[in-house]
Amino acid sequence: MRPPERSPLDDMTHQPAAPRTLFDKIWDQHAILTREDGTTLLWIDRHFVHEGSFHGFAMLDHAGRVVVRPDLTFAFADHYVPSRQRGLPIRDPEIAAMIDMLTANAGRHGIELMGLADPRQGIVHVVGPEQGLTLPGLTVVCGDSHTSSHGAFGALGFGIGASEVSHVLATQTLWQRRPKTLRITVAGSLGPHIAAKDVILSVIGHIGAAGAAGHVIEYAGSAIRGLDMEGRLTVCNMSIEAGARAGMVAPDDTTFAWIEGRAMAPKGQRFAAAVEAWRHLRTDPDARFDRELAIDAATIAPTATWGTSPETALPIDAHIPDPAAEPDAARRARLREQLDYMALEPGRTLAGVPIDRVFIGSCTNGRLSDLRAAAAVLRGRRSAVPGLVVAGSQPVKREAEAEGLDRVFREAGLEWGEPGCSMCVGINGDIVPPGQRCASTSNRNFQGRQGPGARTHLMSPAMVAAAALRGQITDVRSCA
Amino acid sequence: MTPFTVVAGLAIALDAANIDTDQILPARFLRKPRSAGYQNFLFHDLRRHDPGFPLNRTQPAILVAAENFGCGSSREGAVYALVDAGIRCVIAPSFGDIFASNASKNGLLTIVLPAAQTAALRAMLPAELRVDLPNQTLRLPDGRDIGFAIEPFRKHCLVEGLDDIGITLQHQADIAAFQAEDGRRRPWMVPARGNAR
Repeated sequence: MRPPERSPLDDMTHQPAAPRTLFDKIWDQHAILTREDGTTLLWIDRHFVHEGSFHGFAMLDHAGRVVVRPDLTFAFADHYVPSRQRGLPIRDPEIAAMIDMLTANAGRHGIELMGLADPRQGIVHVVGPEQGLTLPGLTVVCGDSHTSSHGAFGALGFGIGASEVSHVLATQTLWQRRPKTLRITVAGSLGPHIAAKDVILSVIGHIGAAGAAGHVIEYAGSAIRGLDMEGRLTVCNMSIEAGARAGMVAPDDTTFAWIEGRAMAPKGQRFAAAVEAWRHLRTDPDARFDRELAIDAATIAPTATWGTSPETALPIDAHIPDPAAEPDAARRARLREQLDYMALEPGRTLAGVPIDRVFIGSCTNGRLSDLRAAAAVLRGRRSAVPGLVVAGSQPVKREAEAEGLDRVFREAGLEWGEPGCSMCVGINGDIVPPGQRCASTSNRNFQGRQGPGARTHLMSPAMVAAAALRGQITDVRSCA
Repeated sequence: MTPFTVVAGLAIALDAANIDTDQILPARFLRKPRSAGYQNFLFHDLRRHDPGFPLNRTQPAILVAAENFGCGSSREGAVYALVDAGIRCVIAPSFGDIFASNASKNGLLTIVLPAAQTAALRAMLPAELRVDLPNQTLRLPDGRDIGFAIEPFRKHCLVEGLDDIGITLQHQADIAAFQAEDGRRRPWMVPARGNAR
């Protein structure tokens, strides 16, 4: 076995034999130079842009700069794409302009575009992995906070703002402070009908929306190891909802098997050499993390949120908190505000809260296994409420249709849309009407996230399907 | 970017924790060009929903917030909305990481102070505060000065109003050397195109 690959800078910053975490190895390998105050210039392997990246392109143009590595830059139409009538012109001129601007910017700078009519089109965090662009050990950035998803492959993926988009376009690098490390070990086996979404919602419920601020999370333990790539993507995707800079899972045979043969993944000898290098991408046995947290997988129940932050995740049989029992005045006020917005009585059970509609999709839960899990609950039954199901990408949509999942959803009374971000962020026109309550597989229940006045309850695809069947928040174990 | 040296002005308190960037700039305004005037969208829905929302009554230069200000979406528009409304500095016990980074690229200073200190400060507001970035001091309404920490590189860029792309391009030789070595070490990093091997 070869020793781990190291940057020449390592010798200056590390003892040769110092055990390192997975994160340390990737960071060290991408450090071009480090300033005295610790700010590091990092090399970026993949830069993904979408319609919302237009500010970054505008800054680049304004400064008269060019895209330095268009071969490492990829453009995805996802945030604004319509979920219906793809063949027709887009009615809202501002939305149409967003997609046209992406097409123009990609064309002008020689960036490969997966645009509206592309058979690969879909959400950047679904399509990047699907096309073999996301690989272990890479640094992956995108002007989207859910870029943490790509850590599922043992990559360092994180979201950036428009100025940093412009910086990466111009230099293929970024200045970053080295974050701290947090290992979350989920040991044991998950119970029946417990999904990756329940795992990550439980984690956020435990540590809070700022619980991992300034940290990169490594997810470890037998329950994480037992997840397939889609489950790992769901977990890493929501790392940002705990405030983390990124989330990652060490790559293993599950990862390598998933990548092999994907369109833009390395092939043949290159793939073999890559796997050899990727096998070193794991935390050394004695490596130290700044923080550690352990969760017993057996304690994780089907989970849903009640409030306007993902940290309000609770097991399905729990009671919604009562502000009267909260001694801290600021927290009491925050609970009241959330209960008011959500129109919920304090102390009531989460199960049984009536819902008005459902949404199944997003970069968190828009993959084939997610659609299968929801369809398994809905098959041959009718939804009590309307709803929208949107695959994460065209390939996911085609595979789902080949399995007849679209028919399951349609026969249940739900709408089957075209791939994109859709009702997770609500900027393509798919919104939850004011005051309505939506059971959603998306990632954010912020005030107004799914539309002004919309009330969102986050949960797994199977839990959303169960909520659809009963018209209320329901323990999926009671209707599977 | 506007350099940040000394800013004195009205400070107001925002007491809620976890104010996410969807609150600061609702997503439906993300498609607007910067020339549309992002100050019109700042806290748009909160201001409309609550006539008593502090920003409906005052035009502060400084916000003092609670934990995890600017969490959530990476939208830099949230920073544009604050900056275009004349806000130069936000003080909180913690910030969303991406928000804080975006802020520093737009001349908006984020200051981290302990939770107890920010809570005590919020209780004194509204009032005038004075932020002196070169000396890293904050003058309280009662005239006391307290210090704050900031990463030296971030401070340097803010005080000088520097565009960090310009700084990075001075390191082109280092970047080129890194790429040459990395290309030998990780030839598989570059995406396979078409039906390449």
